[in-house]
Amino acid sequence: MARAAVRGRLTWQLTEVVESIEETPRVKSLVLRAPEWSGHRAGQHVDIRLTAEDGYQVQRSYSIASAPEEQSLVLTVERLDDGEVSPYLVDELRPGDQLELRGPIGGYFAWDTSAGGPLLLVGGGSGIVPLMSILRHRVAAGNNADVRLLASWRTAGDIIYGAELERLGRLDGVEIIHTLTRDAPAGWTGRRGRIDEAMLGDVGWAAKAAPLSFVCGPTGLVEAVATGLVALGHAPERIRTERFGPTGG
Amino acid sequence: MDAELVLDGNALAGVFSELFLQELTVAQGTCGACGLTGPLAETRVYAYAPGAVVRCPGCGDVLLTIVKEEGRYWLGFDRLRCLEIRGDAR
Repeated sequence: MARAAVRGRLTWQLTEVVESIEETPRVKSLVLRAPEWSGHRAGQHVDIRLTAEDGYQVQRSYSIASAPEEQSLVLTVERLDDGEVSPYLVDELRPGDQLELRGPIGGYFAWDTSAGGPLLLVGGGSGIVPLMSILRHRVAAGNNADVRLLASWRTAGDIIYGAELERLGRLDGVEIIHTLTRDAPAGWTGRRGRIDEAMLGDVGWAAKAAPLSFVCGPTGLVEAVATGLVALGHAPERIRTERFGPTGG
Repeated sequence: MDAELVLDGNALAGVFSELFLQELTVAQGTCGACGLTGPLAETRVYAYAPGAVVRCPGCGDVLLTIVKEEGRYWLGFDRLRCLEIRGDAR
């Protein structure tokens, strides 16, 4: 059956950028060729390390966007203007460039088909990235867990994976809900405003369905969603959270 | 401190992987101050100091500090009273 659970130590590996896909003006998906990659679980992240010519190194964590089933490893990175790493990844990196990383990392914010559903995925901004890996995994694995993904964005122009989400939202058992916290374009049919208990009560699962919830985004959003879900009667141990902050730069 | 500067225990997975074979972010930690037990992934992590300060999400007391410099690690055990680690955690 399962081989011994002891794993080797994580080592840094060189990958090559195959493609850099512009998701929005601030967000790119990096498609990587990673010959030493050992596979991952949906929701995990990697550490990226940049080394300057003088030896100075800087390291940041980025979530994996691709499903374990995909051939390439895909990371989606949002540029933080005062960041040390993300401006390079978003603006400078070109196909053919090498990128040093280690992973997969993290065993808590991860979903396997054996964990079942229903699933509530709640993301704020680029917090959607690990949720996208989970959603893509659910679809690629042919799993039938019912999924609702609630994504919060400032404006419609900030939506990443928009076309793919629209397509996935037409699949049986998959519902995609966007909410915009600032401006909404004319004719916007999605939600408006920040995610709160009322919105979660409207679009989420009833507590008696005992969904497994994954919440990822800035601390404020994560706290609001986790608190709201508990207030609606969801068991705290069924709610998994991942916060990101400016160190993600 | 600005709430937006707080990360959580998921951010420790990388440094833990440098030191331990089991996945420690899913290990259940017990706070010696308030008695709360939960996965280390759910702790509050302040990563702006020279290392990371890991606080209890229940009472805010410091559970653990981690400092890494030039290949050496200092782990400070403050209020972390017990850590339950599953042998097969990955």
